Amino acid sequence: MIKEYRTIEEVAGPLMMVEAVEDVTYNELGEIELPTGEVRRCRVLEVDGTTALVQLFENSAGINLEQSKVRFLGHGLELPVSEDLLGRVFSGMGVPIDGGPELVAEKRMDVNGVPINPAARIYPSEFIQTGISAIDGLNTLVRGQKLPIFSCSGLPHAKLAAQIARQAKVLGSDEKFAVVFAAIGITFEEADYFISDFNRTGAIDRTVLFINLANDPAIERINTPRIALTAAEYLAFEKDMHVLVILTDITNYCEALREVSAARKEVPGRRGYPGNLYSDLASLYERAGRKEGSSGSITLIPILTMPEDDKTHPIPDLTGYITEGQIILSRDLYRKTLLPPIDVLPSLSRLKDKGIGPGKTREDHAGTMNQLFSAYARGKDAKELMTILGEAALSDVDKLYAKFADAFEEEYIAQGFETNRDIETTLNIGWKLLSLLPESELKRIKPELIEKYLPRAEQ
Amino acid sequence: MSHGKIVKVAGPLVVAEGMRDTNMFDVVRVSRWGLIGEIIEMRGDRASIQVYEETSGVGVGDEVTDTGEPLSVELAPGIMSMIFDGIQRPLEVLRRISGSNIARGVSVTSLDHEKKWDFTPTVSPGDHVTAGDIIGTVEETSLVTHKIMVPYGLEGEILSIQPGSYTIVEPVAQLKKPDGTVADLVMLQKWPVRRQRPVKQKLSPDQPMLTGQRVIDTLFPLAKGGTAAVPGPFGSGKTVIQHQLAKWSDVDIVVYIGCGERGNEMTDVLNEFPELRDPKSGESLMNRTILIANTSDMPVAAREASIYTGITIAEYFRDMGYSVAIMADSTSRWAEALREMSGRLEEMPGEEGYPAYLTSRLAQFYERAGRAICLGSDSREGSLTAIGAVSPAGGDNSDPVVQATLRIVKVFWGLDSALAYKRHFPAINWLNSYTLYMDQIGDWMNRNVDPGWHDCHDEAVKLLQLEAELEEIVKLVGYDSLSPADRLTLEGARMIREDYLQQNSFDDTDTHTSLAKQFGMLKTILDYYHEAREAVQAGVAVEKIFALPAAERIARAKMIPEEQAAAYLAAAQAQLQEEIHALIEQEGEEHD
Repeated sequence: MIKEYRTIEEVAGPLMMVEAVEDVTYNELGEIELPTGEVRRCRVLEVDGTTALVQLFENSAGINLEQSKVRFLGHGLELPVSEDLLGRVFSGMGVPIDGGPELVAEKRMDVNGVPINPAARIYPSEFIQTGISAIDGLNTLVRGQKLPIFSCSGLPHAKLAAQIARQAKVLGSDEKFAVVFAAIGITFEEADYFISDFNRTGAIDRTVLFINLANDPAIERINTPRIALTAAEYLAFEKDMHVLVILTDITNYCEALREVSAARKEVPGRRGYPGNLYSDLASLYERAGRKEGSSGSITLIPILTMPEDDKTHPIPDLTGYITEGQIILSRDLYRKTLLPPIDVLPSLSRLKDKGIGPGKTREDHAGTMNQLFSAYARGKDAKELMTILGEAALSDVDKLYAKFADAFEEEYIAQGFETNRDIETTLNIGWKLLSLLPESELKRIKPELIEKYLPRAEQ
Repeated sequence: MSHGKIVKVAGPLVVAEGMRDTNMFDVVRVSRWGLIGEIIEMRGDRASIQVYEETSGVGVGDEVTDTGEPLSVELAPGIMSMIFDGIQRPLEVLRRISGSNIARGVSVTSLDHEKKWDFTPTVSPGDHVTAGDIIGTVEETSLVTHKIMVPYGLEGEILSIQPGSYTIVEPVAQLKKPDGTVADLVMLQKWPVRRQRPVKQKLSPDQPMLTGQRVIDTLFPLAKGGTAAVPGPFGSGKTVIQHQLAKWSDVDIVVYIGCGERGNEMTDVLNEFPELRDPKSGESLMNRTILIANTSDMPVAAREASIYTGITIAEYFRDMGYSVAIMADSTSRWAEALREMSGRLEEMPGEEGYPAYLTSRLAQFYERAGRAICLGSDSREGSLTAIGAVSPAGGDNSDPVVQATLRIVKVFWGLDSALAYKRHFPAINWLNSYTLYMDQIGDWMNRNVDPGWHDCHDEAVKLLQLEAELEEIVKLVGYDSLSPADRLTLEGARMIREDYLQQNSFDDTDTHTSLAKQFGMLKTILDYYHEAREAVQAGVAVEKIFALPAAERIARAKMIPEEQAAAYLAAAQAQLQEEIHALIEQEGEEHD
């Protein structure tokens, strides 16, 4: 028998105090029944004696201290799951909003997930071809990786994410593939862009959408990524699908966390974000991966906008410490209309080394990758020097490097959002660019590979 | 055993009353799941407990049971090659019990109490032994002989001791204590993790811990028994450096703590280490490695404990007389766990919300490292080297954890994201990193590698410093305005950077360089610089020198396998001399 309490003492922001409760447990899900009969959900943040501190998941408007009733359900927040999730659209709290029928649940899963035993993880090593040279060639994505996109306000990260979702494939594999997309506090237009892109390409049938828009209450979005990841875990680890999860925008999620933390009067960490922001973000990101007992995988692409384009802001900073690399977009490239504007030098994929090479991509991948990186870095340095001192101040080799850097941006990075390049093409473009430099400069590539792949000028 | 009732639950912090009989830092079992917790504060009969497992579903009125023991680790054969969580639960066993996710409240012993080990006594009945004396050995892995020691606090006469096959809880010997009572000695020892294991005498470090990493061994060496910190922003290669040290350090035992880091990184170690071979013995590196994994999705309180669990295990092996290295990646996550618990206890925060005792806790951790004469009558010597990665917020070294760490450690390997962007790895910045062990280690190197080692080191450092100064000038007035001698200096420094300091961890040959090869490579580069300087003084144009084929040959030396390196470098030297002399002669002829 579930007890009902009419003892709400206090509602302040996203928090509520309920008095005289019994047998309430930490993290338990609660329901608030309003005088109108409407039911909203909440969860227990703290129990102290007979007082429960409760966090609302929805708007507090209309809650009446006198007449509202609270029930505690004896379990945490759960998501009903079944394979019928695919092709459906849900709210940020997991309620269908596409006008379709209620989901007939195969089971219900706790949205908080359970940590994966590191001894049971399978190290991600399968190359995913995204068709984007700056990613495939230099910051390779592998199945089960968590690779965020660090963007800035006004940059086309949505287009890049949609391009990845559209083009991503594992070579020589036709296993079941699904996309879980969570909109976290983004605008209608941005969400609509994704939905119409999924519609256009027919991907919508294998996509699950969770939509929390900018005008939905901020506290609703705290659960959106967890719900989306729960759906992904079900599809990946119980139905053996390869799931690509896109979470956008993590910055909005963190702001909602800050709101709750401030309301609880917690000691803040940097910039007012809660002191446990790292652990909280890790509890999302670490749900990506592969594990024993299932052939499925979760590849996670969180998107975040860096406030003031600042990479050291706590959100990108802590994200970068947890994820396995990052793809950083650059305003400079965008202004030069070099699209997608991926800034390859600070971008990184930590798992690339196990995902490339003979049998996976090609034997020359690692060497050319390192050579392109260092050549582009040197080329950019040279160009910088050139703007200060003029071209005459450069040595002959540095002039070549400067030329290389321009060509690299034009031909390698700026492929546009519609071009889908296979890995062979990407590697060959790399070689063509490297042939701009004297052969003696190619120290990071084994001589036999230079012999085999470097395009030679016609004699 | 006392029982209490929970009165408050706030995340990982639980408050229970009826706990007057318990001790501070006792381990307790919480709720019907028996979650493991530790008492961290007592007020009246209320105890604040940090719980090492997820507390969802725990409520007011749930029971708390005191175990009467502090948080301890089990120390005995069977500990090698294992992967534990932050409170020494074996993750492989947990996986067998609860599958690929970590369930709560699973009760397992840290070590296998059933498995039999072949015990060989090293003392005989009638011998008098004291705490720390070795009474026998167990061949635990092909690389590690586990020495069974008399536990701390015991001494007396051995009454009986028999070789044979024992589990770790069966008596292997009987000891008659001075008061006449008889004690059974078993192989298993328990030790509270927050207490330092005693030694007879601490000593100052005197020899290098070789790592096979050129920038570390040559420019910023660490001593056995020393302490080092590796701070750096994300993506600068902290974890790769820690992994390289765990792989190639010339120590007997490695304890690797993944503290609040990525799950896949631990999986990587678990996959890779069994395949890697120890350069000396050819045995699998996993045979000397112990892993502690508290990944970032695992409960935060156990993160705080993982550091202590790791260093206590490391101390135990040091006590056997081994050289042990402990890597903690990352101490910042440990500090954040402290901060989170401190916040829940509503303590007054210090800098950036960290508790005021952050510095003293860090100091206590690093001070457990050192070279020491171990307990026991044979005065054997062991060492414990501690290397902590630090992840400063925003990559800014003014971060409180970095600053607190730097006041304690003796070696600082500062990682630089600018180097990482250029794919200069290891991205250790040679201008701001330092080591305080140079005096002792320089002498050791001169004696053991080459009498010219220290001079080569000094010259390389000087060249790099000169380069930094010249770079400033280039930025102002351009490369063309430099004198030929300065251009040569830049070229020499570039060779040191690119052909020497840069090292590819993922290349089979380059991943590890012996001291002899390191010295050979550096010497050859410096010789090039010296010869070239003579040529410049003789009037040869620097461009001609830079174009010499010998330079490219020197650059490729890092890719040459160890056994061919000496011959290769000698040939490069000879080629260099020949080509430079040819240039000088040619120059002379043109002037005639």
